[in-house]
Order: sequence, then C-alpha cells, then structure tokens
Amino acid sequence: MPSDPFTPGMAAGRLSREDIAANFADLHPPLDHHAALVAADRCYFCHDAPCMDACPTTIDIPLFIRQIATGTPEAAAKTILSQNILGGMCARVCPTETLCEEVCVRETAEGKPVIIGQLQRYATDALMAKGAHPFRRDAETGRKVAVVGAGPAGLACAHRLALKGHAVTLFDARAKGGGLNEFGIAAYKAPGQFAQAELDWVLGIGGIKVNYGQRLGDGLTLAGLQKDHDAVFLGIGLAGVNRLEIEGAARDGVEDAVDWIARMRQSPDKTDIAVGRNVVVIGGGMTAVDAAVQAKLLGADNVTIAYRRDRAAMPASPFEQDLAASKGVRLLFNMAPKAITADGIVLARTEARNGKLVETGETVTLPADQVLKAIGQTLAGAPEGLTIEGGKIAVDAAGRTSIDGVWAGGDCALGGEDLTVTAVAEGRDAAEDIHKRLTA
Amino acid sequence: MADLTTTFIGIKSPNPFWLASAPPTDKEYNVRRAFEAGWGGVVWKTLGEAGPPIVNVNGPRYGAIWGADRRLLGLNNIELITDRPLEVNLEEITRVKKDYPDRAVVVSLMVPCEEGPWRDIVRKVEDTGADGVELNFGCPHGMAERGMGSAVGQVPEYIQMVTEWVKKYSDLPCIVKLTPNITNILYPAEAAMRGGADAVSLINTINSITSVNLDTFAPEPTIDGVGAHGGYCGPAVKPIALNMVAEIARNPATAGLPISGIGGVTTWRDAAEFIALGAGNVQVCTAAMTYGFKIVQEMISGLSQWMDEHGHESVESIVGRSVPKVKNWQDLNLNYVTKAVIDQSACIKCGRCFAACEDTSHQAITMSDDRVFEVDDAECVACNLCVNVCPVDNCITMKELGQGEVDPRTGQKVAPYANWTTHPNNPAAKAAE
Ligand SMILES: Cc1cc2nc3c(=O)[nH]c(=O)nc-3n(C[C@H](O)[C@H](O)[C@H](O)COP(=O)(O)OP(=O)(O)OC[C@H]3O[C@@H](n4cnc5c(N)ncnc54)[C@H](O)[C@@H]3O)c2cc1C
Ligand SMILES: Cc1cc2nc3c(=O)[nH]c(=O)nc-3n(C[C@H](O)[C@H](O)[C@H](O)COP(=O)(O)O)c2cc1C
Ligand code: SF4
Repeated sequence: MPSDPFTPGMAAGRLSREDIAANFADLHPPLDHHAALVAADRCYFCHDAPCMDACPTTIDIPLFIRQIATGTPEAAAKTILSQNILGGMCARVCPTETLCEEVCVRETAEGKPVIIGQLQRYATDALMAKGAHPFRRDAETGRKVAVVGAGPAGLACAHRLALKGHAVTLFDARAKGGGLNEFGIAAYKAPGQFAQAELDWVLGIGGIKVNYGQRLGDGLTLAGLQKDHDAVFLGIGLAGVNRLEIEGAARDGVEDAVDWIARMRQSPDKTDIAVGRNVVVIGGGMTAVDAAVQAKLLGADNVTIAYRRDRAAMPASPFEQDLAASKGVRLLFNMAPKAITADGIVLARTEARNGKLVETGETVTLPADQVLKAIGQTLAGAPEGLTIEGGKIAVDAAGRTSIDGVWAGGDCALGGEDLTVTAVAEGRDAAEDIHKRLTA
Repeated sequence: MADLTTTFIGIKSPNPFWLASAPPTDKEYNVRRAFEAGWGGVVWKTLGEAGPPIVNVNGPRYGAIWGADRRLLGLNNIELITDRPLEVNLEEITRVKKDYPDRAVVVSLMVPCEEGPWRDIVRKVEDTGADGVELNFGCPHGMAERGMGSAVGQVPEYIQMVTEWVKKYSDLPCIVKLTPNITNILYPAEAAMRGGADAVSLINTINSITSVNLDTFAPEPTIDGVGAHGGYCGPAVKPIALNMVAEIARNPATAGLPISGIGGVTTWRDAAEFIALGAGNVQVCTAAMTYGFKIVQEMISGLSQWMDEHGHESVESIVGRSVPKVKNWQDLNLNYVTKAVIDQSACIKCGRCFAACEDTSHQAITMSDDRVFEVDDAECVACNLCVNVCPVDNCITMKELGQGEVDPRTGQKVAPYANWTTHPNNPAAKAAE
C-alpha cells in the first residue's frame, strides 16, 4: 500500500509524484512581460538609491529597472551581472524583504516595495535564455589562481578572475559544483536544475578549469596550491554543524537538516525521500524554515519548528515565518530541546530573564518520527595556520587572510551575513584584490 | 557594442545624447557632472549680452502635469536665459572644453536683434574653444516680450538676418534653434537655411499654462497671486516635436539640412525615433531634470542594444530612415483594410474597449453576460481606439486583410492600392488614364 501523510513513522512517497512536483514549483512564478512592465513602472529611479546600498553586491537597481521599462531586459541583465554574476540565483533566493526591498522608498510611501527580486529574475532569465555569455575575457595574463570551493563565493571569484584573463583552477570536495546553491537552497526557490544551468553558464566565460571530488586537507594542501599558483582563494563555506548534545540524539530519524536537504535536493522527483508523519525541526533560521516547509511539501502530516527564543529573536525573517505558516508549519517559540525519546521529543519552555534565556521548568513532549537539527553550521576543514576569529577565517576588507597570497570569502570568512549574495560580493571583491596584486 | 559616435555638422561626440540649453547646462559644476555621467555633449544655457545679467523670478518657476502615479509628463517653465554674468560663463566654458576635448560643447546665444551685439558675442564664444553656437530663437516667455527669443523665431526674415550676421563674423558651426510657437515650421527652417545655418534644432518650449489654482484663480506657477504663460516641454511634447522634425526632413527645400532633435526625449527609444525621422542627434532637458544625469546610461545601453540586434553599425546609418515613410494623407492606401482582434487569453475583462467603441465609435465590440468582449468585423472600421485604450499591452492588435479577402463591413473584396487622389468621391480626382 502506498504511503500517505498519515502513514506512521518515516516514509517516502507520502504524496504522488505529481503533487510533489506541484508543491515544489516556483515559489514566485516568473513575471510575464506585462507584469514586469507594470512592476518596473513603479520604480522612481531614485538618486543614490537606498536599494543599491542595501544590496551586498551593489547592483544598480534603478538603472536595470529602467532598462526593463524601456524594453531592453538584456541590457538590464548586463547591469545586474556586471556586479553580481549569480544575479539569476540571487533573484530567486535573496531575502529581499531584509535587503533591497526593505529600504525601497515605495515601502516607505505605500508599504509595498517595488518587487526588485522578481524583476531581477525577469531580466536575467531573458538574457540567459539567449544562451550566450554576455562578457568577454581579457587577454590571458599567464597568472594562475586556485579557487577552493565552487559555491557562490568561489564561483564569483573564479568568474571575475577569468574575466581579467587569469587562469583559474576551481576545486571542490563534492562531485558537483554550485555549493549550497545545489545542495542547500530550498528546492522551490530554484526549481528546474537552475543551479547547474547557471553554473555552466558562468563557466561559459572560459579560462576556468574545474576539479570536482578534490578536498583541501585530503590530498590537496594549501602549501601545495600556493606552490603551483600565484594566489589562492578559499570559499569553503561551513562544512560542519553544531552538535546537539541531548539524550536520544543518535536515534534513527534524527538528522542534521542540511544533510537531509542535500539528499532531497539531489533526488530528481523526491518520491524516494523519507519524511516523518510528525516532524520537529529544531532551530530558528533560514535552514529551519526550509527544512520544515519542504518536509510539509513532501507530505508530512505535522511539522513543527521549535525555536528556543521568542519570535522577535528569530533569525528567519517575518516573510519566511509567514511562508512556513502558510504551508501549515506550526511555529513554537521559547522551546528548547531536552531529550529525544523513541517516538517523540521533550521540549523545555524557556523565557528571558534579565536578558538571559532560562528554562521555566515546564516541559512539553511532542510526537516526533523525525527530528531535523538546524542549529547552525560551523567552519570545518580550514587549513592549518590561518587566523580564525569568531569561528571563521579572519579576513580584512579586501578578503586577505593572515597568510600572504591567500584570500577567503563567503560563509567561511569573517564578516557579512551568511547569504548567497554576500558570498558573491566577497568572492568578487577578493578577485579584484587578487587581480590588483597580480598586475601590480 | 554598436558605435554610438556621432559627427554632427563637424562636431564629434561619443554618443548622440546632448543636454539641451537649459538649467542642466547652466554652469560648470553641472556640465562636468553631466560629462562624468556619460553625456556626449551639451548646449550651454543661453548666454545674453555683457553687462548686468538678466534676473529671474524668485518664486516658483515650474508647473507640471502628471500621469498616473505622479509620473511627470509635462513641465512648464517661466525661467529666462542665464542669470549669471557673461564673463563667468565664458571662463567656465573654456575650462570645461579644455578638460573634455572629446565632448561637444555648443554655446547657446540670445542678444538683441542688432548686428553689433551678435558680432561681439560670437567672437567671445570663439575664444572659449567651444565647438559651435546655437542661436536661441525660441524662448516663448519673458525674453520674447523684449523682442528676443521666439519674437525673432516667429519672423523668418529676422532669423535669416541674424544667422547671416553670425556666419559673417564666425566660422563656428551654427545651429538655429526653432520655436514651435508658429503656424508652419518650414518658414523659419527655410529662413535659417537661407541665412547659412549649418543645422536647425527643435523644438524649444511651447506656450502653455499648466494649471489654475481653483482657490485663488491664479494660473500656476503662481508668483505673488498671478502667473504668466510659460514654455511647455517633457514627454507630452514629443509628438509635436517629432512631426516638426519630420516636416523639415521631408521638405524638398530643407531636406538634408542637419537637425538636432529636441522635445520629450526620455528613453533610448525616443532618441531612436527622432533619429529615424531625420535628426542627426538629440538634445534632452526635462528627462534629465526629472531623473538626473544618470538616465543617459539607459539611453546609451538601449540604443546600442537595439542597433546591435538590428545590425545598424552607426548612428549615421539610421538617420532619416523613416523619412521616406512619412507621407501626406492623400497618399495613404484607402484599400488597406485591418480589423481589431482581441486576444481572449490576455483580456482582463475591464471593458474599456467596449465603452470606447460603443459610446464613442462604431459599436463594433460586443459584450456578453459573462464579460467576453469580441470584435464584430462587420462593424469594425479599424480605428485603433480600442487598441489605444486597452490597459494590456498587445491584448488587442490589428489584423490585415489580404487582397481579395472580403471585408465583412463593406461586403467588398480588398482591392489593390488606391488613394484619395483617384477616389470616386473626390471631386478633384483625375481618372487614371
Ligand atoms: C539550507 C540552507 C538554505 C539557505 N537558503 C538561503 C537563501 O534562501 N538565500 C540566501 O541568500 N542564502 C541561503 N543560504 C545561505 C547560502 O546558501 C550561503 O550563504 C552561501 O551558499 C555561501 O556560499 P559559499 O560559497 O561561501 O559556501 P557554500 O555554498 O557552502 O560552498 C562551499 C563549497 O566549498 C566546498 N568545500 C567545502 N570544504 C571544502 C574543502 N575542504 N575542499 C574543497 N571544497 C570544499 C563545498 O563542497 C561547497 O561546494 C542557505 C543556507 C542553507 C544551509
Ligand atoms: C527650465 C527650462 C529652461 C530653459 N531654458 C532654455 C534656454 O535658456 N535656452 C534654450 O534654448 N532653451 C531653453 N529651454 C528649452 C530646452 O532647451 C528644450 O528645448 C525644451 O525643454 C524641450 O526639451 P525637453 O522636452 O527635453 O525638455 C529651457 C527649458 C526649461 C525646462
Ligand atoms: S529644487 Fe532645489 S532650488 Fe528648487 S525649490 Fe527645491 S530645493 Fe529649492
């Protein structure tokens, strides 16, 4: 008998292939021509626009929207991509409600920002549909750079360096590039294998040699890379996770959310991904929301996010909280995990006293066939000898690490939010600094 | 990327986008920033005679009309020519031109209608190193009351006379800027040509009152309880300007006379349209005043993309491409038959096409109980009103009937080309022999 949302325990295929496909369709379907023009018309072409400052890659938003409005979305795309080569992915995954759209003057005027992210997608889709890569490589410089990590930071760095004519070798521990674009981002934000399509398109600049399945620290050493290259960039993300030290954490059905999401992202139709009837996600960030929503979309009957602090402290934005709620996810606040039992989870009620989080003594037990831990990722596998600060590789404003000739950016490096767009900005800026060094 | 370089009457600029003579070009500070933003050239704000500069009002000098969402569509001004001393302007022009040798710097001039003042001022402009002069025969307010601006521009003989003086005392390329406040734009254009002008530019602003304050009954902008008519510009005037440019471009006497197109240029597309109708470049004022200098970036990227996509290699190669297609009404094919077609999948059922056609046109659109709107080909005269009032782009389009097809409205087969000159209803028609 096929399983359904009420099948006890863990089960795959709780919904039909068609229902899962429909559930995982675009969160924001692409704008059609008319909708794009109407949306673009709302932009005031502000001077020194606040949205530009709020974008970590400083895309010239008023200009690209005007280029859409005047019927040249391809020119708009070039405006976007010249600042952010992963503008297509960012258009889909950026939490615009806390970035560009938050500061849109229309938000001030009417409480309704220009839909910058969706317009960005309209433009980048138009250009990418034409296939050709919009930028041409400068003449070969004869300089070689190693980029470790093919996530957003590494890709942005590699692309900018290749553009400047340097020869880039890109290494990644996984068998596929894209980093969390491929293995982490919620499936409904970038459906249709977009991450791989964009990756191929970015590599279309030429001058980037990819080496997948090669891990720094496992055959590959920093010293070795430095010997063979004129510069090294590290964009290795956060490969580790915080441990949850509670009783029962080793039980079947208890898993790190990022691992479960990575497996789910790699499954073509997701009918083989087991999900609990009762799922509890521990955490309060983007990963927690993504895990919970996707568990629900796979047909879990009850999905609960248990966050140990209150709503105001929740890292997931109100938009994401609402998204979770709209999909039927229950959000519980002031609930800290105490123990995991054979078929449930014990949560302790908490409250803030004098700014400190304390348990009140009351506990609640929820049924839980599956517990997904989304309590934060950590730096893992950073080469010896680098200065680490606050759990991340210490870098200066240009992305230089404590070792001369080694740069770092993205989630693994200190500073900035852990977002795709921030990783792109840091990778790009490090490339500019490397270029300056190599051509000095 | 397409090459946007233009050479207009010998003046080179990296793109065809110049700022028109107006506040954006009134001082060195502005012009330097404009060049940094990417403008190909400027026509410096109009200079007057040496001596005490003219004065402007000290209250509001602009009025406006807006479209939906307060989009500025038309701007009206009662500003005069530069109110800064001549010497200061000339020094600034000299400095700017020296620092931006690749950009066009043309100086707009307006002095009393006497030979001496014109001789003196053009010589002073020559000393600045500027690329050319533009004679402002256009300002419709204030200066016209003093016998300058459009007061000259409305008298072809004066235009010719002043142009001759300028050409006599200077070798600088000379553009004559025309006023649209005239019955027929060809008279001043031909006069400028007779006077030896190297080019004409048009349009200057149109006489206008933008609004009346219904509490005070004063026209706006209001200066101490009263107002004066001003000059109208911005997107709203573009159709008027396009027509005037086309008239000059296709008039046998003035055909080939270089034209600098002005009036409502806001996007690359507007510019391309002016160029297609015969302008060698364009000048922009209101769009820069509304959105800032940065808009030129969109003009540059848009024009290049369009040229690339259509294989146009230079701006010059598109100048005047539409001129042969501008005809007189009597040359239009009266046997060309089209019918409106409503794309039901795009229709949002607002009913505006129905209201327009039913109330004011030909009752050729039907409306069903469940709000389906359809064209009745037996009534549709193809006036295009429904297309124009429909809020959805491309929802209503016109379909052409092929030759031999029956027009359900007339019951006649579509016949080959024939125009009014041979139409049986035309009393003056000569039978085709
Ligand atoms: C579940 C989840 C959802 C998210 N959703 C969003 C979102 O919606 N919007 C948003 O903006 N951000 C989101 N983020 C954050 C975003 O994905 C990251 O900030 C971004 O991917 C960081 O890019 P990066 O290049 O620094 O690292 P990563 O994307 O993590 O890429 C690092 C790469 O380095 C490789 N690597 C690691 N160690 C080694 C090694 N030793 N040797 C060789 N290669 C190595 C990895 O295989 C990986 O490919 C999400 C993150 C998660 C976990
Ligand atoms: C405030 C203002 C002042 C102007 N002053 C001058 C001027 O001094 N000399 C001139 O030749 N034209 C002047 N103009 C006219 C413009 O140069 C231009 O011809 C007109 O505005 C139409 O172009 P537009 O629609 O792009 O604004 C002025 C226009 C405005 C709005
Ligand atoms: S635009 Fe500047 S000068 Fe004009 S009224 Fe406003 S503040 Fe005053």
